[in-house]
Amino acid sequence: MVDRLAAAREAAASVPDPELPAVTIAELGILRDVALRVDGRVEVTITPTYSGCPAMTMITLDIARAMDAAGFPDAVVRTVLTPAWTSEWLTPAAHRKLAEAGIAPPRRGKPVCPRCASEATETISDFGATACKALHRCLVCREPFEAFKCH
Amino acid sequence: MATTSIAVTETPLVLTLLRRADDALVLGHRLSEWTGHAPTLEEELALPNIALDLIGQARALYQYAGELSGHDEDQLAYLRDAAAYRNCLLVEQPNGDFARTIARQMLYTAFIDPFWRAATASTDATIAAIAGKAEKETAYHLRHAGEWLVRLGDGTEESHRRAQDAVDWLWPYTGELFESDAAEQQMIAAGVLPDPATLRDAWDRTMEALLTRATLHRPSDGWAQTGGRRGVHSEHLGTLLAEMQILQRTYPGARW
Repeated sequence: MVDRLAAAREAAASVPDPELPAVTIAELGILRDVALRVDGRVEVTITPTYSGCPAMTMITLDIARAMDAAGFPDAVVRTVLTPAWTSEWLTPAAHRKLAEAGIAPPRRGKPVCPRCASEATETISDFGATACKALHRCLVCREPFEAFKCH
Repeated sequence: MATTSIAVTETPLVLTLLRRADDALVLGHRLSEWTGHAPTLEEELALPNIALDLIGQARALYQYAGELSGHDEDQLAYLRDAAAYRNCLLVEQPNGDFARTIARQMLYTAFIDPFWRAATASTDATIAAIAGKAEKETAYHLRHAGEWLVRLGDGTEESHRRAQDAVDWLWPYTGELFESDAAEQQMIAAGVLPDPATLRDAWDRTMEALLTRATLHRPSDGWAQTGGRRGVHSEHLGTLLAEMQILQRTYPGARW
């Protein structure tokens, strides 16, 4: 039983975020729980980053597919809203992988340029290509970059 | 073939949920109309992002209202006529120029942001959870609208004039935000949702401070437009719904 649950956990945790494929849903804090229900089915619990995050449908499908491949074809994916997701749930691995992908990880104060590590940056737009990101510019290397919002 | 509208049994809780959900959906739809037409690339990103948050909030509220009334979220959005919509008149007003869109956004968000913050203490766990998501998003929306109103008001002669015209035009629609009726009062008494009337002082302070920074003049509170909460809408909601609902009305149950 424990092995089965561990295998299910691993399968769910390795699903990449469809809009940020460098990081997994576990590293982003979207995956909240993987449990065995009394009826023997695996239940995967996720939470949206933003109310209107359009990736949630895709994430649900991707989890179902990953669970199917791992031998849990009848797994159930459940979405919860509470506790509300926060960018503080991003793991150290998520911070590192986002920076490697050219996206500044969330940080109170000004984001650090993912290219030259300068702290001299300015906001171009509070909104970006996805709900969880904003646009910034580095004042040293002059390159624009995306930053994960503190939320 | 057209689809028949659904009839929703509006218990006090369902009615209260629909009022919040319809506000979010209608305003979200209005903002989505800017897609491809926004004045700058940054706004092209901002307005649809805000629309997405609002429509996400609406979906969560419709799902809950649907569980209680025996409909699904799509039926509640697509199969009710204007007279069954419970949104306030402010959010259905046309986009107009950019100043009017920003003024509408500011006037509404200065109300709904503290509303959701107060609703995080709801005695209803589902509403508290939805509010917990929404209040973080509306705080961001408030900043966006506020910065723009100041930039427009304290900008050029023309942007100032347009911003003042927008605030003057929309002001009579703001009184309705603070209304409630007997059904909603039952929910307020049960601690399910905050009383909109109690948020008026906070709204006044937010608007007063912002209008001052924007060098705009605060219109006087006079006669206020009302009716949206009981389905008496301006002509604009009908055309909005016609566009939003045409696919489901024409091809019932169509799916992607």
